[in-house]
Amino acid sequence: MSAFESIHQSDRAVKRMTRRRGQELRFRLFGLGAVIAAMVVLAWLTISLVGTGYTAFYQHHMTLEVFLDEAVLDPTGERNAENLRKANFRKIIQEAIYARFPEVSERRQKSALFKIVSASGATNQVRQMAYANPALVGRTLTLSVPTSDDVDQLLKGYIDRDAPEKRRKISNQQIVWVDALKATGEIKSQFNWTFFTGVDSRDPELAGIAGAVVGSLMALAVAFVVSVPAGVGAAVYLEEFAPQNRFTDFIEININNLAAVPSIVFGLLGLAVFLNFFGMPRSAPLVGGLVLALMTLPTVIIATRAALRSVSPSIIDGALSLGASHTQAVFHHKVPLAAPGILTGSIIGMAQALGETAPLLMIGMVAFVTEIPSGLTEPASALPVQIFLWSDSAERAWAERTSAAIIVLLMVLVTMNALAIFLRTRLERRW
Amino acid sequence: MVMAETNVVRADGIFQPVLPKGDVVDMAKKRREPDAEKAKFACRDVRVFYGASEALHGIDMEIANSGVTALIGPSGCGKSTFLRVFNRMNDTIPNARVTGDILMDGEDIYGKKVDPVLLRARVGMVFQKPNPFPKSIYDNVAYGPRIHGLAVSNSELDYIVEKSLKRAGLWDEVKDRLKESGTGLSGGQQQRLVIARAIAVSPEVILMDEPASALDPIATAKLEELIDELKEKYCILIVTHSMAQAARVSQRTAFFHLGDLVEYDDTQSIFTNPKDQRTQDYITGRTG
Repeated sequence: MSAFESIHQSDRAVKRMTRRRGQELRFRLFGLGAVIAAMVVLAWLTISLVGTGYTAFYQHHMTLEVFLDEAVLDPTGERNAENLRKANFRKIIQEAIYARFPEVSERRQKSALFKIVSASGATNQVRQMAYANPALVGRTLTLSVPTSDDVDQLLKGYIDRDAPEKRRKISNQQIVWVDALKATGEIKSQFNWTFFTGVDSRDPELAGIAGAVVGSLMALAVAFVVSVPAGVGAAVYLEEFAPQNRFTDFIEININNLAAVPSIVFGLLGLAVFLNFFGMPRSAPLVGGLVLALMTLPTVIIATRAALRSVSPSIIDGALSLGASHTQAVFHHKVPLAAPGILTGSIIGMAQALGETAPLLMIGMVAFVTEIPSGLTEPASALPVQIFLWSDSAERAWAERTSAAIIVLLMVLVTMNALAIFLRTRLERRW
Repeated sequence: MVMAETNVVRADGIFQPVLPKGDVVDMAKKRREPDAEKAKFACRDVRVFYGASEALHGIDMEIANSGVTALIGPSGCGKSTFLRVFNRMNDTIPNARVTGDILMDGEDIYGKKVDPVLLRARVGMVFQKPNPFPKSIYDNVAYGPRIHGLAVSNSELDYIVEKSLKRAGLWDEVKDRLKESGTGLSGGQQQRLVIARAIAVSPEVILMDEPASALDPIATAKLEELIDELKEKYCILIVTHSMAQAARVSQRTAFFHLGDLVEYDDTQSIFTNPKDQRTQDYITGRTG
């Protein structure tokens, strides 16, 4: 016992202290629990995405001896490119694969045999080669052509071999052939370049994301060019120069509310204003970019105003006390000091725009586009829209491609956010 | 620095800088010593309002053309508010309103023709917390001359920067790292950098709002030494919480209490023979 009794040492004080410590401990545990739960969910998402998506990065190809039969392709012997383009290359591929299995003679069996390779993929590949170099006609080429998506899925283990034959898309006979080809090394898996260089296609084995990525980048460039200067300018004006009255209060409230407006509403606005009123082209990255710019504008404005507000007023006082005008103080000191925050806000706004699907649906960027867009007014798709389209398709092979496209999108987003963090710390270190 | 290449060291060892041509150099040659007899500022019935509340209740005061005038008083007495009247920094506070006459060299600084931006070039200010710009030491000092277009050439700007830093007693400490950030200096050095920055604009008056309150005793001593040197060339008004500091650096002292100017006299008289009971209580430590 101490010499004198303090109210901080009594039994009741100990109880109070225990309770207080308990409360603090519980709060910390809740926090820790929330973090762990978030990490688990994130890991789950990553594992499930990578788990289903990684197989889309490789694809099975079949090595074929293709005889470019002059009698089939160019009976007139003119070597006319136009004629070659129209020629029956399908028959060439069919003959090549029948020649590999000479024992197959029945018509339905032959048809099943042809389905091992990607009908349009192999045909187009040979057609393009012959068109580019008509001298190839009459020769025999050893080519690597994509297998059909069903064969690819079988070899990737997505088709259950033990399921009844009628319930799978590939017959017992086809499985025998494929296994034979696989055993001889004629069917091999290789890196799926098509996924990165190709455009959208009806056939999963030929589909790629290049068109969508280019469309997204174009729309994003337009959005950046429009929304960052406009947003930063608006924020600087509202924060520093606009008179404080009911009207500017009203504008401020509206900007804040705009940030919470569902993005599809911006799509409707784009449809009504840019397409119907101004008559801009449908499905164009230009319009997509403008819509995304409208959508990110509030984010940029809010981030810029917050960044401006966080600049120490003592710096501005210093500039003013030297005889700098208010405008000089703002542009020489406040805006440069707010730049890291402005930059971060802009990049995060852009990342948000990159992942946006709904407004693009409304202005027609949901179209099936089979060419890489060459200009801002050409029809284009966007990566998130592409994901949306693929996720809706029936074939098993689309599932892995959807996941793979999501992986690509997420990697771009993570890169953008990392860039934002890097630039912020880099710029802040200078000061 | 360009200056170093053009300077000449004479045979007898005397350093002779080659002066660049330009306004600042010309003005520096022509600059007349301040007329100590005349008042720099004359204030009549100066009141400052923040919204509806009156922070200063009609101050009548003359500030001498040279020397240091100290404003002392307990917290919230209005001395900082009064200081900010002279360079119209109160203009930047929403709802702040100044009435009465403040004449600088006989001219009303709140007159319609007066541009506060130009006024602030003539009346420099140093704040309580050192606030160098997050830029290089050189750019900190060069900022004022740049925005006012005082230097016609880079060599003249170099000259102004060097001269200002020398006058602020900082040159020897920073001459080899002018490109480094001003925020990397110590608190005392930062405050002297801020003074150099103010001097670079060639002001007539320097207002100091508790310039030493964030500094340790050694940095404070250096700063006071500097103020003592500067008082020859500039009219200095200093707000301070430290009565010892007011006694050390100032020639005249004004005691403020609750928005009133209670007593204004020679520093020595105020501290040895205060006439008002409130002044006596404050300087002897009974209130405050």
